[in-house]
Amino acid sequence: MARRQQEYDDIPGTFVFDAERSREGYGINMFCMSLMKDENRKAFKANEAEYLKRFRLTPEQTEAILKHDYNRMLELGGNIYFTAKLGATDGHSFQHLAAVMTGASQQDYAAMMLAGGRSVEGNRSRSGKDKSAKSKSKSKPKSKSSARRK
Amino acid sequence: MAKIIAGVGSSHVPAIGAALDNGKTEEPYWKRVFSGFEKSKEWMEKTKPDVAIVVYNDHASAFSVDLIPTFALGCAAEFPPADEGWGPRPVPVVKGHPALAAHIAQSVILDEFDLTIVNKMEVDHGLTVPMNLLFGQPKDAWPCPVIPLAVNVVMYPPPTGHRCYMLGRAIRKAVATYPEDLKVVIFGTGGLSHQISGPRAGLINSKWDKNFLDNLSKDPKKLTRIPHIDYMREAGAEGIEMVMWLIMRGALDDKVDEVYRFYTVPASNTAVGHIILENRQRAAAKAAGKAKRPAVKTKRAAARNTSQAVRRGK
Repeated sequence: MARRQQEYDDIPGTFVFDAERSREGYGINMFCMSLMKDENRKAFKANEAEYLKRFRLTPEQTEAILKHDYNRMLELGGNIYFTAKLGATDGHSFQHLAAVMTGASQQDYAAMMLAGGRSVEGNRSRSGKDKSAKSKSKSKPKSKSSARRK
Repeated sequence: MAKIIAGVGSSHVPAIGAALDNGKTEEPYWKRVFSGFEKSKEWMEKTKPDVAIVVYNDHASAFSVDLIPTFALGCAAEFPPADEGWGPRPVPVVKGHPALAAHIAQSVILDEFDLTIVNKMEVDHGLTVPMNLLFGQPKDAWPCPVIPLAVNVVMYPPPTGHRCYMLGRAIRKAVATYPEDLKVVIFGTGGLSHQISGPRAGLINSKWDKNFLDNLSKDPKKLTRIPHIDYMREAGAEGIEMVMWLIMRGALDDKVDEVYRFYTVPASNTAVGHIILENRQRAAAKAAGKAKRPAVKTKRAAARNTSQAVRRGK
């Protein structure tokens, strides 16, 4: 069954971990949870595809994990606090993981955060509910640069 | 009788815990954050609560997706620090207050808040980081027992802001009917604006945060009407944690004195917010003991200066 559209699906660059994703993503999240144990981290690293067979995952979910595609994992029901455990296994700090999901280098991402973070202007809505805010932000150099960093 | 005398709001960013544990507090990046809590530690030292109730959320440490309780009250005698993947944080075991916790559980359930009772639970950075920020880094034991209240803000939907506020009200009533004389401080943790997931990660909304802190002091009922979509859109998908601050606020009197505030951006991916609110009755009692009130005002001014200095220094 296709995902039912929700009001919050309009927020750009965001996959809200709701009850439906929680149901779909149970396997992803329990796989991530298993990485809390060192022996499991070792087993996973030794043979990722083989290790994933221990969990109830769809082919799309397995592919997303094998590609270490963090955004796709969220889309398919992973939750950030769980996928962060895969991030830790990959040697990413939380900030590095965030940078990876935004497509920025860690350095650029850290610089954006130091400069006050990503502005909400122009980042509220896909459907243009904040159109006025968007067009306003175009005249502001600060917002421009944060948009460029995306 | 027991009484809630004050509330503390504080972010619980895991990187703050890592900075503490790895001795990075003197690095300029982190000093900016920790210096904002110096006054708070002094305040806590003077306040000396007998018990702290800490409202926080678990981050896939004690609860996986096997169980997702909306409100889980820790009634155990102790709560060991959880291993979050880097080994347990080197902080003392958190001692509980099972008698008061059981009393609160019984009272609020009869007030129609269907809490989950937890008699065995590990606690993660969500609880221990704010404790470090307010109590410092004790080696052997925390200065007072703690009742953890874990709130689901990980899976949507978390409880509404209004529900959180009303639970705070019920907790206040429960504490007030506990026969032993105890001074209780309640913590609301998490936030402020941040998003750590997906391509929009890094979102910060300082204007929203300031407004939230202002209303928390003066018009919290306004905050109870904010729908979840607004938190997520304006303050980031994970900014929704802020509803937990409303449990703390609901547990205080309608009129409070804001004795301290601190705000800085960023700690890792997050806007750090912090506030201390005292019930008026307590402030009045302090005023009776002379020259206390001006001291409070100075602190507030100092807090404002600090955060402004930080903003300028950015």
